[in-house]
Amino acid sequence: MAFAAFSTAEAQPQAQRKRSPIALFLLLPGIAYLVLFFLTPLVSLILTSLQAPSEFGDIGVYDYAFNWQNYVDVVTLYWPHILRSFGYALVATIAALVISYPLAYFIGVKARRWPLLQSLMLVLVIAPFFISFLLRTLAWKQILSDESFIITSLKALSLMAPDAHFTGTPFAVIFGLTYNFIPFMTLPLYTTLERLDVRYLEAGSDLYANPFHVFRKVTIPLSMPGIVAGTLLTFIPAAGDYVNASRDFLGGPDTQMMGNVIEANFLVLLNYPAAAALSIILMAAILVLVGIYVKRSGTEDLL
Amino acid sequence: MSGEVQAAAVLGGLSENEQLDANKPAGGRVRPRRLGLGDWLLPVYTVIAFVFLLIPIAYTFVFSFNDSIKSNISWRGFTFDKWINVCNVEGGAVCEAFANSIVIGLVATVAATVLGTMIAIAIVRYRFRARSAISLLLFLPMATPEVVLGAGLAAQFLAAGVAKDMTTIILAHTMFCISFVVVTVKARVASLDPALEEAGRDLYGSPAQVFWRVTFPLLMPGIAAAALLSFALSFDDFIITNFNSGSVSTFPKYIYISAARGIPAEANVIASAVFIIALVLVVGAQVSRAARQKRLARLG
Repeated sequence: MAFAAFSTAEAQPQAQRKRSPIALFLLLPGIAYLVLFFLTPLVSLILTSLQAPSEFGDIGVYDYAFNWQNYVDVVTLYWPHILRSFGYALVATIAALVISYPLAYFIGVKARRWPLLQSLMLVLVIAPFFISFLLRTLAWKQILSDESFIITSLKALSLMAPDAHFTGTPFAVIFGLTYNFIPFMTLPLYTTLERLDVRYLEAGSDLYANPFHVFRKVTIPLSMPGIVAGTLLTFIPAAGDYVNASRDFLGGPDTQMMGNVIEANFLVLLNYPAAAALSIILMAAILVLVGIYVKRSGTEDLL
Repeated sequence: MSGEVQAAAVLGGLSENEQLDANKPAGGRVRPRRLGLGDWLLPVYTVIAFVFLLIPIAYTFVFSFNDSIKSNISWRGFTFDKWINVCNVEGGAVCEAFANSIVIGLVATVAATVLGTMIAIAIVRYRFRARSAISLLLFLPMATPEVVLGAGLAAQFLAAGVAKDMTTIILAHTMFCISFVVVTVKARVASLDPALEEAGRDLYGSPAQVFWRVTFPLLMPGIAAAALLSFALSFDDFIITNFNSGSVSTFPKYIYISAARGIPAEANVIASAVFIIALVLVVGAQVSRAARQKRLARLG
């Protein structure tokens, strides 16, 4: 997990590491870069979110101020988008977990006897990364468009109402998010399941637990680090995504998420304070949710 | 280990966690028993899941052969024409966007790999103050939604009066790739046997010689995996690019903008070609790694 990755080095005894000016030389350029292009942009985002329109300025010209009203305005105006973002992301994360877990289990546990097959299946899991995710999403739009084979057959079989659509609905957006983040979910799950000692499962069934009980009481707890990492790697980008929900992709006018309104306000309406305030709300909400989630799932050492 | 790091390992075909393979529990074999429902249910599910994952890729590939006129929505007949004359559409706009993406990917990859590798070595090898603050600074960009990273940088460029062009895209891509490089290379540095470097010093190698002749070659698989991951992240990035690109086009941005009026089949050609090249490289690396391990196992 991205989160555990930073603690692996900590596992080494501190005493082995030495103090040296070389450390400063190694750290300074990269850290300075991140301060300059990650940290100060966040500060600049906070400052922008408090700006007020310039008194004599054109559209898109703002002065520094402490205009807290911006936050009230964006929440009043965009609360449906805010709820939609987290709602869609939550459903997509759960769907991706349900779809990915058996897949990761097969690759990580059942396929252990065939290492080459195992690594080729991993390549297939990340294969979608090799083709632009925008094109993949557009491909789904066309495969599931109203004139497509799948939708017309569903309608012919009366499994779908004749005037119903798939694209442009919340269901389509959640479908797209789920599809796009399955690899992000499967890989961390695979990483923990691959190291699962199946002797624990045997011990469970030796103690007369049925397979369902073994799964719930042994497999799930042992794969918890992968579940936490996978759900975070899916939920965070899904909540901020605006490609799937965009009208030109799988979404419609009623499926716009926070990302869509941040993009529209920043790049089209030139309402930078509103876009910045929405970004800060998104970031703060995610940090709070992630904090609570990690605490409750008992995997604090991941952070 | 993050999904991305695992992806990097697969991408490089050079599992940087080879030491993990040794830690694999001994009880790796499933106890033989009679075949039940569960024995074929899971394989069948896996096949269905892979078909689901690969459907849009197959669709994109098939429609790269469509004899379409402008938009590439309905099937009009088979042709190789789009593969042969990729750059002939819209005055070569697709190819220009593709070339920009390659240049941006290469520059950002080199910058992020150098900066990230230096940090990874420092974190594993040295003691320094503010270690936890630095860890947090490296972790946060990976936990921040891309739209926030993009809007933040754009707000800063706006405040500083910097015009958005190719440089601002490269600066943005380097930023979000650094953390992924650190995570990937760090695992490799941590698994390095210090005795090898000691041997170099015992043989009177200068610190520079020891680094370039011993440490660096040993770190190379990790660095290569990190560079591949950076390039893949940069090449496919749309959200951050969209906020910081001004009028410069990249391949994903080109697709986003032309989505409204229909993507020309030439975009499918480029995406399919990239996909095939990447797949051949990765599968080749995996197969050769498996062969190498088999050879080593026979020797052992």
